[in-house]
Amino acid sequence: MAQATFRIWKGQGDSAGFKDFVTDATVGMVVLDAVHQIQAESDPTLACRWNCKAGKCGSCSAEINGNPRLMCMTRLDQLDLTVPVIIEPMKSFPHVRDLVTDVSWNFRVKKAIKPFKPRKPDAPDGTWRIQQQDVERVQEFRKCIECFLCQDVCHVLRDHHKHPEFAGPRHFVYTAALEMHPLDTENRLGQMKDAGGIGYCNITKCCTKVCPEHITITDNAIIPLKERVTDEYYDPITRFFKIFKTNQ
Amino acid sequence: MSHADLRLPQVQKLGQTSRTDVWWLQPLVVLLGLSAFGVYATWAAFQARDYFYHTGGAHYLSPFYSPLLYGAPHEPRWIDATLPSWWPSWMPFSAAFLILAGPGAMRFTCYYYRGAYYKAFWADPISCSVGEPKFRGEKYRGEYRLPLILQNIHRYVFYPAAAFVIVLFYDAFRAMWFTRPDGNGTEFGVGVGTLVLLLNATLLGGYTFGCHCARHQIGGYLDRMAGRPIRTACYTCVSWLNKRHMGWAWVSLVWVGWSDAYVRLLCKGVFTDFRIF
Ligand code: SF4
Ligand code: SF4
Ligand code: FES
Ligand code: FES
Repeated sequence: MAQATFRIWKGQGDSAGFKDFVTDATVGMVVLDAVHQIQAESDPTLACRWNCKAGKCGSCSAEINGNPRLMCMTRLDQLDLTVPVIIEPMKSFPHVRDLVTDVSWNFRVKKAIKPFKPRKPDAPDGTWRIQQQDVERVQEFRKCIECFLCQDVCHVLRDHHKHPEFAGPRHFVYTAALEMHPLDTENRLGQMKDAGGIGYCNITKCCTKVCPEHITITDNAIIPLKERVTDEYYDPITRFFKIFKTNQ
Repeated sequence: MSHADLRLPQVQKLGQTSRTDVWWLQPLVVLLGLSAFGVYATWAAFQARDYFYHTGGAHYLSPFYSPLLYGAPHEPRWIDATLPSWWPSWMPFSAAFLILAGPGAMRFTCYYYRGAYYKAFWADPISCSVGEPKFRGEKYRGEYRLPLILQNIHRYVFYPAAAFVIVLFYDAFRAMWFTRPDGNGTEFGVGVGTLVLLLNATLLGGYTFGCHCARHQIGGYLDRMAGRPIRTACYTCVSWLNKRHMGWAWVSLVWVGWSDAYVRLLCKGVFTDFRIF
């Protein structure tokens, strides 16, 4: 049976650093299996977050060989096991211990975004009628599992630490899902421009590349929102014509 | 968002990463590709000659010089002069100066190219999850403030760029008509040059009409499109092109450069055009 070395970030605060663990790599294993095996065999104190092991809860986010990924969806046969596999916690959030980070900032941001506000019901029984074609566009955004890998890779948070001024790709996806919803009547464009800082995004598409749900974050959520913000705040011609136009 | 404060130190230095793949390859290819095109286009624009091939009755105009506003009398010029009257006499003139600004601005402010050259030329970030220069740190302005907020001008650049595509299709159409050997009128024909110019217009069309701003304005700004069949069809087409925008961007860039080079090499007599029929 082949053995593999895992170089895992271990510890807390300034005393944290890489520690090598060797364990067996068997057919079909994913990185999360290896971490569990290491917990069982050599270090029961090694901390990591996980829940479903099926790529659906978004808990096991980490950086594997420098790339933000879900540990449970990264198979060992995709990695070069002749050199140590590097596993680190996400870098855009406060570190707690070992592979665990505190992602609660994301939930605070989400709470601040104006909630869904549907138009008046279409039928007397309080229900609405919408066309499949119209909801299809936002369906993609609803696949988000809140793994925050896109937030982790985004350099606006990762390198520039604009957390107080920038909502991040996950929340642009969330806003796009509400903003483009055929029933919604709320306007979140001012919020996106100012508190959400969508202008900080320089469309490098790193978020799209890491999304385990393959949401086309940049092209389908961020750029259309940027265009709507431009309509509303920067483009003098559309601002003028908006007086006559409806976006419904 | 303002109610969700969080302060963290910058952890990675420029180029620092745990990535083990060749992360520098893509930005390097973009850097070299865009630089090579920029150098070639500038050189070609300064030549102010060898842009119109008319040997053997052909009618090939280099896309860098189209629409040819000013030119010699035998060339398909739009204005009856070799150079604008307001042009200072001490400055060299090339019709391409007036042209390249349009498509140049389109590419410079294009959403795809922006993301690509921010990485390749400004290391902002140099590649995904690779560290950036420390000095930028929290001073980063992105496209939120001046100067890059001006990139929002892109939607206005789209319209002239779309007009250029139409002119290039007209050029390709003109390249299908060859002057008869006896000099009396023209006849239909197809040479390799015709195909080069036709493909050029098609590729530039695929790039230009797949623009994110076009997608927004053709229907993306709407939340409900059901019951609007024409709009839906247009939006679907633009979205189809838009999905492959990066591919169109590169193929059309290379081909427009090659189209100019092809006409130039014909004019210089490096090779002759093959008339298919
Ligand atoms: S495209 Fe924008 S949001 Fe996504 S990673 Fe890049 S800068 Fe961040
Ligand atoms: S958008 Fe994708 S990467 Fe971002 S949190 Fe949702 S699932 Fe994760
Ligand atoms: S454990 Fe649920 S996504 Fe990996
Ligand atoms: S987004 Fe690329 S041309 Fe408009």
